[in-house]
Amino acid sequence: MKALSYAKALVFLLCLGPLARLIALGLMEELGANPIEVVTRSTGTWAMVFLWIALAVTPLRHWTGWHVLLDVRRMIGLFSAFYALLHLTTYLWLDQFFDWVAIGHDILKRPFITLGMGAIVLMLPLAITSTDRMVRALGARRWVALHKLTYAAAVLAACHYLWLVKRDLSQPLIYAVVLLLLLLARLPLYLKRRARRSPARRAGAAAGSTVRPATRPVA
Amino acid sequence: MLTIRPPSDIVPSEITPREQYLTRREFIAHAAMGSAAALIGTGIGTAQAEQVSGRIEGYRAAAPIGEEATPFKDASSYNNYYEFSTDKYSPAGMAGRLKTRPWQVQVDGEVAKPRTFGIEDLLKLPQQERIYRMRCVEGWSMVIPWIGFEFSQLAQLVQPTANAKYVEFITAQQDTMPGIRMSILDWPYAEGLRIDEAMHPLTLLTVGMYGQLLPNQNGAPVRLVVPWKYGFKSAKSLVRIRFTSKQPGTAWNKAAANEYGFYSNVNPQVDHPRWSQATERRIGEFRKRPTLMFNGYADQVAGLYTGMDLNKNF
Ligand code: HEM
Repeated sequence: MKALSYAKALVFLLCLGPLARLIALGLMEELGANPIEVVTRSTGTWAMVFLWIALAVTPLRHWTGWHVLLDVRRMIGLFSAFYALLHLTTYLWLDQFFDWVAIGHDILKRPFITLGMGAIVLMLPLAITSTDRMVRALGARRWVALHKLTYAAAVLAACHYLWLVKRDLSQPLIYAVVLLLLLLARLPLYLKRRARRSPARRAGAAAGSTVRPATRPVA
Repeated sequence: MLTIRPPSDIVPSEITPREQYLTRREFIAHAAMGSAAALIGTGIGTAQAEQVSGRIEGYRAAAPIGEEATPFKDASSYNNYYEFSTDKYSPAGMAGRLKTRPWQVQVDGEVAKPRTFGIEDLLKLPQQERIYRMRCVEGWSMVIPWIGFEFSQLAQLVQPTANAKYVEFITAQQDTMPGIRMSILDWPYAEGLRIDEAMHPLTLLTVGMYGQLLPNQNGAPVRLVVPWKYGFKSAKSLVRIRFTSKQPGTAWNKAAANEYGFYSNVNPQVDHPRWSQATERRIGEFRKRPTLMFNGYADQVAGLYTGMDLNKNF
């Protein structure tokens, strides 16, 4: 248990790394010619990276059997939301100075911003419902159902990135492909679960087969 | 603001570039200023990298324009130079490898006297400083004191024929440029101007900035500067200038015709399909400022476009 809390503390510090780096570079005036762009891009990138890592936990856990991974998933997911909020704040404050007319215009002109907003709107309820109390209040089943929104948020974030680049799609494509792999990696797990949940219905659907609970993925 | 004197008024002056070669250590320090990615990309092991740099002397200095020049550090570390990288911080660390000596610029096409200029020939022309705003299509801008000469001075030396309606500008392709291995643009980078735009006294061929020879990442040894157009029109590291009778294809137009037109004049009223062009962030400033029609050069250049629909000819 002690080892676990040390591990958690370490992950926590690692997750703060990108922010610490930005602050340090800012203090040393090393954020380059266009600091606001650097901060926007860095926070956006880390929101995305942490979201991707959180999505990698389930498949990793099944392959490796390291169930401890679940213990850090919540923290990593929250850090994703944290960097997304920093990203949004940078945009609203440093980039646009809360000029709502300009922001409205920008959203109309840059639809990729709408996608980013969609992603944040989906991520915030997940962040808010991540306390133990909220999980209990919601009930595990509803909590799990709600957290399926993570997939939608990730897809929106990936599209947000794909749409904003000027010409070189290589970076956002890497994220999109990794996301696709992460989602595909869940497919066997999903099918297995589905098969377990309704063995009678599935078996019955296969004409002529005797009703027997499926024990292996039907895929 | 900027006063343009007729060519007759130009005092011929000699320029003596003190070409100094960076030592390997200086080059590494220089590379380290770029991002970590740039550092990896520099392949520091290939130490033949030599950046020709030095002060330019004897140019005619410009009068201040009432806007502060962007710090040299920013202007030479934040560069779009896709032949090296699509990341703006990387070319500063990578372009040191660009081989700028010997360098020739072939000038041909619809001209009476086609000629290939060595970079030394171009450096011998009378040089003057011009402080210009530079507005990138991405929504940021700088103020840069360029050193160079009017394009029309070069044209005089080759004598364009009556068939010369356009000018094409072609950037170098060297194996020092890792970016051209990716088919992001149709290499070599090509740009174009209508002949009257090219001959306009604001249009420069530049060899320096901030009193020095151009850093490689800024387009050494010679680049075009067209201040009333988005930055990508000002092609870098030129190896060929061709006078043509037909409108030449241009790199960004070929890449995305709906986003980048042939003219690409700075115009706050015509947005890029994916973002607004109404405002810009001046590098070094916090808040955005409004973008000016023709980047503030409307008095000088609006006449080139009378009767044209700028929404269509964007
Ligand atoms: C209201 C919400 C959001 C707004 C207004 C917004 C806005 C922006 C803006 C203005 C940029 C910079 C574009 C440029 O530099 O040209 C950007 C980049 C980016 N954003 Fe967002 N964004 C939002 C939400 C998100 C979310 C939720 C994520 C990820 C989970 C995200 C990930 C990214 C990434 C990865 C980049 C590109 C970084 C890079 O260029 O390296 N954004 N966003």
